[in-house]
Amino acid sequence: MSRPKLKMVFKVATSAILNQNYKGHGLSKGKEREQRASIRFKTTLMNTLMDVLRNRPGWVEVKDEGEWDFYWCDVSWLRENFDHTYMDEHVRISHFRNHYELTRKNYMVKNLKRFRKQLEREAGKLEAAKCDFFPKTFEMPCEYHLFVEEFRKNPGITWIMKPVARSQGKGIFLFRRLKDIMDWRKGNAGKKLTSLEAQPARSTANPSGSHDARSSDDQKEDIPVENYVAQRYIENPYLIGGRKFDLRVYVLVMSYIPLRAWLYRDGFARFSNTRFTLSSIDDQYVHLTNVAVQKTSPDYHPKKGCKWMLQRFRQYLASKHGPEAVETLFSDMDNIFIRSLQSVQKVIISDKHCFELYGYDILIDQDLKPWLLEVNASPSLTASSQEDYELKTCLLEDTLHVVDMEARLTGREKRVGGFDLMWNDGPVSREEGPPDLSGMGNFVTNTHLGCVNDRKKQLRQLFRSLQGQKKASS
Amino acid sequence: MLQEESDLSLVIAQIVQKLKGSSLYAQLERQAWGSWEKRILKSLNSMCTELSIPLARKRPVGEQKELLNKWNEMGTDEPDLSLFRPVYAPKDFLEVLINLRNPNYENGDSLSFRTHLGLIQVPLKVKDIPELKEFFVELGLTTGQLGIDDSTQVPPELFENEHVRIGQKVLAEQDSAAAQQYIRQGSPTALRAELWALILNISSQPEDILYYEQLKTNVIQHDLLVDSLIYKDVKLTASNDDYYFVFEDYLYQVLLCFSRDTSVLGHFAYNSASPPKSYIRGKLGLEEYAVFYPPNGVIPFHGFSMYVAPLCFLYHEPSKLYQIFREMYVRFFFRLHSISSHPSGIVSLCLLFETLLQTYLPQLFYHLREIGAQPLRISFKWMVRAFSGYLATDQLLLLWDRILGYNSLEILAVLAAAVFAFRAVNLMEVTSLAAAEAVLADLSTLKVMPLLQIFLFATVT
Repeated sequence: MSRPKLKMVFKVATSAILNQNYKGHGLSKGKEREQRASIRFKTTLMNTLMDVLRNRPGWVEVKDEGEWDFYWCDVSWLRENFDHTYMDEHVRISHFRNHYELTRKNYMVKNLKRFRKQLEREAGKLEAAKCDFFPKTFEMPCEYHLFVEEFRKNPGITWIMKPVARSQGKGIFLFRRLKDIMDWRKGNAGKKLTSLEAQPARSTANPSGSHDARSSDDQKEDIPVENYVAQRYIENPYLIGGRKFDLRVYVLVMSYIPLRAWLYRDGFARFSNTRFTLSSIDDQYVHLTNVAVQKTSPDYHPKKGCKWMLQRFRQYLASKHGPEAVETLFSDMDNIFIRSLQSVQKVIISDKHCFELYGYDILIDQDLKPWLLEVNASPSLTASSQEDYELKTCLLEDTLHVVDMEARLTGREKRVGGFDLMWNDGPVSREEGPPDLSGMGNFVTNTHLGCVNDRKKQLRQLFRSLQGQKKASS
Repeated sequence: MLQEESDLSLVIAQIVQKLKGSSLYAQLERQAWGSWEKRILKSLNSMCTELSIPLARKRPVGEQKELLNKWNEMGTDEPDLSLFRPVYAPKDFLEVLINLRNPNYENGDSLSFRTHLGLIQVPLKVKDIPELKEFFVELGLTTGQLGIDDSTQVPPELFENEHVRIGQKVLAEQDSAAAQQYIRQGSPTALRAELWALILNISSQPEDILYYEQLKTNVIQHDLLVDSLIYKDVKLTASNDDYYFVFEDYLYQVLLCFSRDTSVLGHFAYNSASPPKSYIRGKLGLEEYAVFYPPNGVIPFHGFSMYVAPLCFLYHEPSKLYQIFREMYVRFFFRLHSISSHPSGIVSLCLLFETLLQTYLPQLFYHLREIGAQPLRISFKWMVRAFSGYLATDQLLLLWDRILGYNSLEILAVLAAAVFAFRAVNLMEVTSLAAAEAVLADLSTLKVMPLLQIFLFATVT
């Protein structure tokens, strides 16, 4: 069935992007839409998604009740409407129905633990050990006793308590003594939470993924018990200039069954604004590198930006540790992406209409081992600087190229712009030609994280050759 | 016979010209530099009296302890620096250079094609493109380069792998001269730190580390007025840079020690400048009470910290970083802000830049001049900073590789001209200085080596 070649009609959760706290619109099906009159408007610097969609040739914006072919929705709309929305075969939507299996911290841990056990059964301990990229995590309060056991086994180490469903660093605190969380457990959570804490706890009946642009939709609710996870805090992070940082990497998943995932070459390292020291666990500004948190730190100067593009980071590491060490680190990161996706492969409803652009947060420790901090289903698309704007616009443009509403691609491409096909129901090799099934030979994965991104040139060549092929076959 | 005679006389005339020039230059330099130095010192002293801050004072013990504790994170300090002003900025310095005149040199009233239409009116000898091609022969089209032949389209077997292998060999043999020759084709990222150390003859001996520690102690014990200037400069420049902000603390650690390092005074032996002097209170004019101020004789100007920032990419150990910077300074960087007739001095670089433009891009040069946008006004700041903060870091390091390899700063002038050549089409369309500045505001996407190669070897002259 041919896809309509005429105007691509797109719909964007406009309000969710422009008015960050404005919640829910979209197709109303008798459900009462929650509208807020005056909300705190966050000043968004640039609306990258809107710019990209508007500038795409042949794409037309539809508002309100119009029919659409493409919807970059927010997760709350999805939750309310996905199940009773009919979509034609060609229609695409930017989230998987139950993405929270990967993006909510407690579910992700569960899935990963289960996957690891399965791997151990099937392939042995060594293979299972490849899943040890997630710091030991316990769900609270249900796994409290398991946590205490682990806590007692490792006295003196630092733990971090994170709410499962929030983002931008809200509600997070560090602790070393059980005493610190006794209060919390008794319901005195408010005391421990930092001054950033502005929004009351969310109900647990709302399993939504973390959303960098979260809307506060609660009215007068009683403060229910919120789900947290207690995670082992990585005490020896890799420091640059004495500062802690984490990496933001973009992974595009086009389907789960079979698993098709693309890795974007660009990304960035986000720096904490202050110097790292374990003696100041109460200074959450030190430990949390999330840009949203940094922006409220008294040290923050917006001009500073506190981000490095991944290319710069990769070069810095290479000049310090040599190219081989860097290769190992980056292939360990590939391992994280693949394994984390594999662990939820069987749980996520792999609807052919869905795709998802994830923001992975990775922390590197001093031994150059990467750790997975979390996966974001709605990575922030607002730009904090000119450079950031360009990165995000290119990222979104290339995402739309891969989604390919215009039906231009053959489906055999290994690279589209800044995206490299990382997994196609199996590993994808950088080399051309048939896969080396003998198992010998040098298998180099087709990933180029932090490498040169000459996407414009590649796209030109790609589309030119596709046009040529089309002409030849018509 | 006649031909030979006239050739000979031509040669003699040239020699006489050179000789005439040189001794006068010495005088000239001294005059110009002398008045410039006086101005700087005056500015420093007036800041001193205005703010009632002594040029130097001993820190009380409590303050010393505090500073020692904070040594690795001085960037967190936010002292009130609003009243401090940088002593001078590159553009002030440019004005001085523009006004340099050789009173003995008769330009003649009639304009000829020889007339130099740029800002610099000192007739120093600079290389032309054929001479530059010879000087920079390893940058030629047929020689492999890092920055060109290591790009993604080129298979590493063609050049890169072999080049890396040779680099490793050079390091293994610790051959400084070979390293200098090798690095003309660029240094592999992983080997750069060691290669530079080898070329600059830096090896971290225990006495070097001790020396650095001694300087650190000096910083702890005494507070100098220039310290505030350094703080201010770092905050204004490197801390605001997208890439160098991370290294803020290292910059303080290096620059504060640098200003107390009297061994830097040694470079004044070959620098036509002389270090500024100050007198103990009440003993003005008495030589026995004269001290160099600051102790290293170098007064930082706006942007000075950018000399150090790129080095933080390569060296993480403070005393090694310090040594490398100091050596780079006394070999190269000092020439960028002192007046001399040296071919790598800033005056020669400016003249080289202008001559290249006027000779090989005359249309562009005249056009810019007509609209009141003398090219040097834009490129001066690039050269004074050796392009630090203007180019992307990896490109900057490739450029500095060549500075070390050729032991000359002339490449800065060549690159400046090449940038203008690259953006010539856009520049021809502008009608004001501001618009010209805008065209040349962002150099962060430039690839240095292709630009240089095209300008030197692929442009029809």
